[in-house]
Amino acid sequence: MADPMRIRANMAGDKVEVRVLMAHEMETGQRKDASGALVPAHFIQNVTVTCGGKTVLSAQWGTSISKNPFMHFRFKGGKPGDKVIISWVDNKGERRTDEAVIAGG
Amino acid sequence: MDITRRRILKASGAVLALATGLFHSARIFAQEQWNKAAFETKSFAATLKALGAAGSTESVQVQITAPDIAENGAVVPITVESAIPGTRTIAILIEKNPNTLSADFEIPEGTDPFITTRVKMAETSNIYAVVQAGGKTFHAAKEIKVTLGGCGG
Repeated sequence: MADPMRIRANMAGDKVEVRVLMAHEMETGQRKDASGALVPAHFIQNVTVTCGGKTVLSAQWGTSISKNPFMHFRFKGGKPGDKVIISWVDNKGERRTDEAVIAGG
Repeated sequence: MDITRRRILKASGAVLALATGLFHSARIFAQEQWNKAAFETKSFAATLKALGAAGSTESVQVQITAPDIAENGAVVPITVESAIPGTRTIAILIEKNPNTLSADFEIPEGTDPFITTRVKMAETSNIYAVVQAGGKTFHAAKEIKVTLGGCGG
């Protein structure tokens, strides 16, 4: 099981500013290991962010997102104390969901 | 007689449960669709087509913030911001990577058309930010020089 995400969500004016760092190899499927064998692709394909039951961001990713992916974005409609819930699923069907409470500005 | 009736009830209950389960997984699947065809494309034009955009207009309202020179191609920070009203999606394309499309973000109403992420670049290349807004497609381009590639090695 992958390590938890590190999520920071805080108010910036009337918007919620979210920074998230995920723990994932993001293997491209192009790299060879020491014995010359191709390392199979293993990467996050879908990311969904919700707050108060509403999707505030969703993404589809390819193999060229960096290892331990980072994302930064802003949305309206959240307030301090609300939860930001982030989930990902990778090409092997592994998934992880983490949440953070929005901190005051 | 009674036993048969009970059996039938039990069986139909199981069928119903199974059907609900199927519907449920179908819904999840729809939520987590992944545009395989688009992620397998190998050129700017082909990716645009696979994303459902026939043509794209270059726009100064789409801004890419990224380093001019990336020392490490494995981690290149990229920020895309769109000033076009009604921006629905932001896609990041890297022309000379083995697969052009890197990421496709869907921006619901209420979320800023602004995204920062980090990408891998195989070599010096143009990157494109493709924005879909109001049924039209706009893009911006920026060249990033890479001293050390982020793939293979």
